[in-house]
Amino acid sequence: MSELKKYLEIGSSPHVTSGDSVEVIMRNVFIALLPVCIFAIYSFGAAAALVLATACVSCIATEHVLCKVTSQPSTIGDWSVAITGMLYGLTLPPDLPLWMVAVGGVFAVAVGKFLFGGLGSNAFNPALVGRAFLQAAFPQAMTHWALPLGDTRFVELPNSTLALPFAQPVYDAVTAATPLAAMKFDGIQAVNRDLLFGLTSGSAGETCAVLILVGGAYLVARNMMNWRIPISIFATVAAITWIFNLYAPGSYATPAFMLLSGGLMLGAVFMATDMVASPITNAGCWLYGFLIGSLVVVIRFWGGMPEGVMYAILLANAVSPHIDWFIRPRVFGVGGGTG
Amino acid sequence: MMLNIVPKDSFQNGVHPPEHKDETSHLAIRRFAFAPQLIVPLSQHLGKPAIAVVREGQEVVRGQTIGEPDGFMSVAMHAPASGVVKRIALAPSISGTMVPSVYLQPFPASSQEVDDGEPCDVATATPDEIITAIQQAGVVGLGGAAFPTHVKLKPPDGKQLDTLIINGVECEPYLTTDHRVMLEQSADIFMGVRYLLRVTGAAEVIIAIEANKRDAERKLTKACPPDLPLSIRVCPVKYPQGAEKLVIKSLLGREIPSGGLPADVNAICVNVATTAEIGRLLPKGRGIQERVITIGGPGIQRKGNYRIPIGTTVRFALKETGAADNVSRVFLGGPMMGPAVSNLDIPITKGTSGITVFTTAETIEATGHKTVYPCIHCARCVEACPLFLNPSYLGLLAKSEEYMQMAEEFHLMDCFECGACSYVCPSHIPLVQYFRLAKKMVRKLNVPA
Repeated sequence: MSELKKYLEIGSSPHVTSGDSVEVIMRNVFIALLPVCIFAIYSFGAAAALVLATACVSCIATEHVLCKVTSQPSTIGDWSVAITGMLYGLTLPPDLPLWMVAVGGVFAVAVGKFLFGGLGSNAFNPALVGRAFLQAAFPQAMTHWALPLGDTRFVELPNSTLALPFAQPVYDAVTAATPLAAMKFDGIQAVNRDLLFGLTSGSAGETCAVLILVGGAYLVARNMMNWRIPISIFATVAAITWIFNLYAPGSYATPAFMLLSGGLMLGAVFMATDMVASPITNAGCWLYGFLIGSLVVVIRFWGGMPEGVMYAILLANAVSPHIDWFIRPRVFGVGGGTG
Repeated sequence: MMLNIVPKDSFQNGVHPPEHKDETSHLAIRRFAFAPQLIVPLSQHLGKPAIAVVREGQEVVRGQTIGEPDGFMSVAMHAPASGVVKRIALAPSISGTMVPSVYLQPFPASSQEVDDGEPCDVATATPDEIITAIQQAGVVGLGGAAFPTHVKLKPPDGKQLDTLIINGVECEPYLTTDHRVMLEQSADIFMGVRYLLRVTGAAEVIIAIEANKRDAERKLTKACPPDLPLSIRVCPVKYPQGAEKLVIKSLLGREIPSGGLPADVNAICVNVATTAEIGRLLPKGRGIQERVITIGGPGIQRKGNYRIPIGTTVRFALKETGAADNVSRVFLGGPMMGPAVSNLDIPITKGTSGITVFTTAETIEATGHKTVYPCIHCARCVEACPLFLNPSYLGLLAKSEEYMQMAEEFHLMDCFECGACSYVCPSHIPLVQYFRLAKKMVRKLNVPA
């Protein structure tokens, strides 16, 4: 060493970091979602692929454009909007007209995320905001379900997919009821292998419980998801359902059916665990999960709709900051713990 | 003597940064050369600066007192080498401020001989005499805090101490000074323990080490005199295990109350190197004129543990140990808490436990040029904070400058800046830096105008 470098870099300690960053976490969530997406396409064919692609593109494009319009550097590089797009697409009926998908995607990012201040500031899960918007705007299209594993699903698109904007979509003759709708309106409960492996009708990504759980387990193993939230939701739903089912088996579903049907798996594992809109303490997460679980049961059993996961999560999102306000970790050396 | 393994959950939370300790832990302590100029700040500790008792141009002998303590919250300073006092003037310090210092030019042939003072015999000295002797020896916490040790040893009135903890945890990555001191200076440590026992009146002594220093555990177990009421406990390797609050929690299960002192839970915690210095210096009436530091990190060619004269400049230390050409970041201590050096001409003081040098590569890999994202509420900081604070929310409050709310409602002042939250933050938010600033602001706001 001849002479030491003239300029030293200074910075605040710590001078090392653990290596994980926001984009790494987001990319892993994306990876965890991939099997679910692939299964959606396998089950519902080209229509599901187009719905997912449209959802992603509309969300990413909206964020990019809004950043440019407001003269900020584009934030699509942090991958968070890609996840929003993918999750949003997975919650939609696979034969939803693509123009509706795009409109909901724009709404999800513009209102659900950007208006609140972007990454880290969204009070609600943006993907669900987009879905809730569609549910309110197009209730009929949002409750029209394609049959899974249709023979022509890879070669032919449903009539509705390419419907013109604002025209009444024309649906194919073949339609199906989701397991939950069959339960609610016809009293039919089907707990079988199809329900577990997702060979039923429903939203594009909600049907295959097994793949959703695999994705969740991957994220939990990488410390990128708080497992307490889905576990708390599952436990709450199972417990409440079990009590009612015991009391009146004819009128109430079984816990297994409640856990495996509808959007519960997808919602509990990938939506409710949105870090930004969920509580920060573990105790808070248990309570938050309990809240979602109870709301899901209440809406499914006594509400007007067959499914309630979306509204349950959105309501719990709204309560999440308050949970954080009231449930705080006991600070070291304050009250109890001494001795 | 009892051997004890502290269970994994010694304290809650914490992090596991890569240790990098085996780079230097096998290297015996070596003496460092005298630099052509030594700068001895009169304030190397928390409290009042010492008063210089030498004149410019005066010749001093190694070990001679050159600064007398100014009141109780102050310690003496000693000449690190025989030489001439060139001037007494301001010198740069790590904090960026200028502090009054003695500039000493060692004689070209300055020997290792040390001027002995008034010995303090552990068998006959009273506790008050030992406290004075520790103050006169200039002893401060060598773990990094540099709090005057004799002040710590005098518990507030009405507090009884039952346990003396000798802290040899050394949880900071890269640092191996306490490790080497335990391996090489066991006799000094046990002598120091005798002094401390006599002062504190504690009934029990526990030496705490981390599980990555089992050789030190074996060495101390073997060397321990049978008459000492001493046990050695092995704590799990977890950062910041070495923090006073967490060592006490781990060993005794006692939580120091928020804003309180170890004496509030009848314990006292002294760093192991500090203990060794007390045991080495007091019997001969000497003062601290050198200390053991680890010079390491990827930017150093001759890494090692060195007994280095106080007042050696960082520049000289790096030259002697062969710093790489692409040095980018130099910090005093380890990478978790060590402050970055902005000026290489600052002297090594009693509180400096090491110099760690990063080259451009590590700086970029670890901290450099990463985008700072908004907080995504991932809760990793909450899971890392050993004091159960909410760094995420504190960070938001700091950004909106709600300093008083941070202190009054969210226990900001308990934060000891261990850096665990910043270490895990995936958004790369400089949380600890926010908190340092906020604490400063709170102290300012709390001082009545």
